[in-house]
Formats: sequence, C-alpha cells, structure tokens
Amino acid sequence: MALIEYRDALNQAFDEELARDENVVLMGEEVAQYDGAYKVTKGLWKKWGDKRVMDTPISEAAFIGMGIGASMLGIRPVMELMFWSFATVAWDQIINNAAQVRYMSGGLINCPIVIRGPANGGTNVGATHSHTHENFLANVPGLKVVCPATAYDAKGLMKTAIRDNDPVMFMENTLLYGEKWEVPEEEYLIPLGKADVKREGTDITLIAHGRAALTALRAAEILAAEHNISAEVIDLRSIRPLDEEAILASVRKTHRAVLIEENKPFCGVGAQISSILMEKCFDDLDAPVLRISSIDAPAIYSPELERKQLPRPLDIVAKVLSIC
Amino acid sequence: MATSAKSTDISKTDFGKSPINARLSAEQKLKLLTDMVRIRCFENESVRQYSAGKMGGFLHVYNGQEAIATGCASLMGDDDHMITAYRNHGHALGVGMNMNECMAELFGKATGCSKGKGGSMHFFAPDKNYWGGHGIVGGQTPLGLGLAYALKYKGVKGAAMCFMGDGAVNQGCLYESLNMASLFNLPVIYIIENNGYSMGTSLERSSAFKSCLAERAAGFNMEWAQCAGTDIYEVRASVQVAMERAHNESRPTMLEIDTYRYYGHSTADAKHNVVGGYREREEIDFYKKNHDPINVFKAKLIAEGVLTEEQFDTLEEGIKAEAAQSAVFADESPYPEVSSITEDVYYEVDRQTEAGRTGKHFFND
Repeated sequence: MALIEYRDALNQAFDEELARDENVVLMGEEVAQYDGAYKVTKGLWKKWGDKRVMDTPISEAAFIGMGIGASMLGIRPVMELMFWSFATVAWDQIINNAAQVRYMSGGLINCPIVIRGPANGGTNVGATHSHTHENFLANVPGLKVVCPATAYDAKGLMKTAIRDNDPVMFMENTLLYGEKWEVPEEEYLIPLGKADVKREGTDITLIAHGRAALTALRAAEILAAEHNISAEVIDLRSIRPLDEEAILASVRKTHRAVLIEENKPFCGVGAQISSILMEKCFDDLDAPVLRISSIDAPAIYSPELERKQLPRPLDIVAKVLSIC
Repeated sequence: MATSAKSTDISKTDFGKSPINARLSAEQKLKLLTDMVRIRCFENESVRQYSAGKMGGFLHVYNGQEAIATGCASLMGDDDHMITAYRNHGHALGVGMNMNECMAELFGKATGCSKGKGGSMHFFAPDKNYWGGHGIVGGQTPLGLGLAYALKYKGVKGAAMCFMGDGAVNQGCLYESLNMASLFNLPVIYIIENNGYSMGTSLERSSAFKSCLAERAAGFNMEWAQCAGTDIYEVRASVQVAMERAHNESRPTMLEIDTYRYYGHSTADAKHNVVGGYREREEIDFYKKNHDPINVFKAKLIAEGVLTEEQFDTLEEGIKAEAAQSAVFADESPYPEVSSITEDVYYEVDRQTEAGRTGKHFFND
C-alpha cells in the first residue's frame, strides 16, 4: 500500500467524487487557481476547470450560504473554510440555515453540503485561528461532525460525507496534512458513526478524536513499554453520529476510561461521553472516568507554551497512572 | 412620514399597457386580484385567530404589501424560484400554497405545511419553487444567491427572486452576496420590500442613502431600479425587466419596491399605531386611502370593464369564507405526535438508510 499524505488522501477523495457525480463542486477561498492555502485541492482546478472548482471572495457568510442554497436545489457543494475558525463569520448560515432548514420545512428540504477545513491548535497562529468547534457543532441537531486522525480515515470519511444527504462538518488538522499513512489503491468508504479501535488493549480505554487519537496512541506505547499497562485506543472519527456501542464495549472490557481531546473542557466532547459512561457503564467502572483537554484558556501564541497547552502523551500517561 | 426615499406618488405611466400586462386576459387579471384578496383575508383571519390565542410566537402579516408577492409570483415560470424572510405568508399563498396548510402551520398542527415545526416565519413549498420563509433578518440573502448559482450550474434559464425588507439592507451578508452575484453573473433578483420601517425604526433612522436603498447595488456594478408597490401592473412591469435580465443575460438586479404595512412589525408590536408610537395614525390612514393595492387594482379592473362592484363583493365573501374555513380546519387538526419531534432532523435517519442506522444521532437516552 502506498504511503500518502493526509492532504493528498483528501485530494484523492475530491478527485474521485468529482468524477463520480457531476453535481459535486468544490468552493472556497484560494481553492482553485492557488491550489488551496494548504494545497489540499492542488491540481484539481487545472483538471476540472472553473465550473467544478471555484474560488470565492473572502466572504464566508455569503459563500457558505450560497453553498447551502445551492444544495437545496440538488448541488453537492464541498466548501472549504481556510480555517474552521472562520466559521464564526458564517455561523448564522451554518446554524440557522444548513442545520434547521430540513426541520423547519417539515422534511421537505435537505441540505447535502460538506463544510471542511482545518480545525486545530498547535500552529502558533493565536486564538482567532485556533478554534476547535466540534463540540459546538455537534450540539446542533441536524448537523453531522467528523474529525479524522489519519490519511486513510480522511479519505474514506470524506467520500462518505460527500455522498451523505445531510450537512457534514468535516474537521481536518493542519499538523496532520503533511503526515503519511497507508492508503489503498482501490476505492473504499468509511461510514460516519463508526469508531475505529486504533490499538487493542485490556487495562484501560483511551477515547479520543482527531489528532488527540494519535497522541493517545503514543501514550499507549509508553504505557505498554514503561508501565506494563495495556491501553485500548478508540478513535471516534465521527462525533455526531457517535459510535456509542464501540465506546461501551471497550469500557465494559477494560473497566477504566480516560477521554482525550484538543478541545476545551467545558461541555467538550469528553463531557458528553463521560455522561454516557456514567449512565450506561457505572457498574462496569473500577475508577472514575477522567478527561484531558486543552488547558482552559484561549489558544496562546507562544510556541513553547502552546505545545504545552494541548494534551501531550505524558499528560495522558500521568492521568492513566492515577487510576491504574 | 417615512417617505423621503419612497416613491409614493401613483405613477402617471399606465403600466397596464406594458407588454407583460397588456397580454393578460380578463381571467388572468381577476386571478391577480383574487390572489391579493386571498392574502388580505388570510392575514385578517390569522390576526383574528392570533388574538383568540390559537397560536404562539410571532405573527408578521402582509396587509398593504399584497401587490408585490402576487405580482412577482405571477411572473414565475417553471424554473423561477422564490425565497423570502419572515413576513412570508403572502409569498406562500402567491406561489399557490393553500390556506389550510398555512393556517394549520400557524396553529402548530400536524397538518401544517411544515408539520407544525416551522411556524409563522417558516413556510416552505419546494414543489412550487418556494424556499421559505426565513427568520433571521438578511439570512436568506446568501441562500437566494445559492439558488441562482444552482440554476446557472445546471444550465437552466431561470431566476431566483430573493426578497427582504428595508431593515435587512444593513446586514453584512447582503453585501457579500451582491458582490458575488455580480462577480459570478448569477441570475438573482434581490427585491427590497421597503415598507418604511425596520421594526419600530424608520428608514431615516436606520439607513444612510443617497436617493434610495437599491442604489447601493451600483457599487457592485449591478443594475438596480426603484418602483412603487401600489399598482400590481407596475410591480409586474418592473420585475419583468429584472426577470428578462436574469433569463437572457444571467445578470443580477436589485429592485426596491416601495410599499407600506398596515399592521405593526408583528402582532407583538404595540407602538405602531398609538400616540407616542413610532408612526402617526394619519400616516396609516393615508396609505390605506391612497395606496391600497387591492383598492387600486379593483378600481382599474372596474374601469377596464373586467369587474363590477357586485362581482368583487361576491369574490371577497367567498374568500373570507375560505379563510374562516381554514381556521376551522386548523382548529380541528391534530397536534403533531411527541415522537415527531425527532423526525425531519436528518434525511438519512428519516429514511432509515444505512447511514441513518449507523451510530447514535440523538442523545436523550
């Protein structure tokens, strides 16, 4: 299997879906002639032309809204936000239009749109450019939220997201764009709502999504090598829909759980999952469910400190050792 | 009076002679009148039912503005679309939605056009090219752009009419949309229904402008026009120019149509017609007396020999009865089941596709 960068895996997904369905169109700032600010759409404008791959002005509210309006008439837009942080400018369109139009029309309308781009801290671009909205957006019934951690997952989930008939918020990560993973030549799809057991284990379950799943994997290696603890790593991949069965099955096996995310703690994804574990796994638990999030403050610029603001493998190890 | 940017004088031009109106049959002219009266009677009935405590929330009625929605809807072909804001009952009836489904929606009943899930501000009928019914001021303007984009993408010769009030013209996303409409040559028609007030704030107190609001489009190299919304012939003639531009040149237009609302911003607006309120009683009476779109058109049709007073009375009585009957229908209809609260959230879940059956979509248990 070829080793492919995360960005190129996404690029393959777009290319394949542009070929498969003539209603798929890519839009966003600098996605066409500039090849994408992070080169995720590199070469696609040259191959597919103006109609299918389209640059927009810096007008997130209007171009996201335009995509939503077009999707109501059957176009399947894949909209890039150069940073998911800029979604705040388009918040009304996403929350009030994409998410609610199906409901408020009594099911007469649906909105098959993908809104995508990087949503992460860790790149020293300050608080305005480092938001992670997955918990905000998963709070809105009508939206789906996906956070792939690897190139393989990014490609398979993106192809599924484009074919999905509901609005999918697809959150990538600039720190992962240049990382490589094995990606098969043949076509594959990954369903939304299916977690991935990225490492099997018996003593504790580490539940994470996005880049935090990779941090959890590194922690699991340390736990095995230095502490003789066998940690299972569940990568949620999709936040809403959520693979509750995979979470429960793992915790019922290991009887302990630590939840890791790069999001802030208050009402974070981990808060939702710990509530589920409390309700459904209480008798299976041998220790309190613990959470690790980004340090609860706006994303700091200082490169040395931002590295420490986000969860690191040793933070996870320490938390695990406190209950194992 | 809030008239400085509004062309309130009845035009000397006889718009009945414009080609788009001259070719109307007597039957088609009566249909235009009927449609306006249907809106008026529906709104009167809905105000009555609101006062009787039959509905919740807000009610923004269209009385006084009927010529706009009716005139615009009458110009729509198979590939022309419409989207508007929350004062949307007139547009809904204009495109052919029936009174029963609309009234039942106001009552929050399962037989409502949105199954009781949208309410007064959110009527939809995609089968009639009607895309709502949107509650956030100006929030529909990018959606209208998207409808136009989809038409162009599909190579269809159509137009997207996107309505807004004069209060919406100060929302930022409108200007982003105007820029893209012109930049991308999209067949969208932005129609400002200027009734002089954004809620309780008059035009003069809310908007800076030179001659009128639509003129702002000039900065985007976009064609614009202003007309009066009293005479439905004038509305049709003015909108038709924009329709042809959209159809034949795939170019956008911003059209400001001056109008007036007889009721307040919503039924919760207690300051629209009282001493110390934001407008004088005399102003409302002036418009009712001189600019009522139904009275003006009725007089024209009588002068044209298409209608008699007696025929009008019969027509109006029939429509009042239809409106009253819609309230009976709504009253007798069942409320939605509690289980329906989580229906129509996700397409895939509603259809129980494989995607809809995978993972947990709802989190109450």
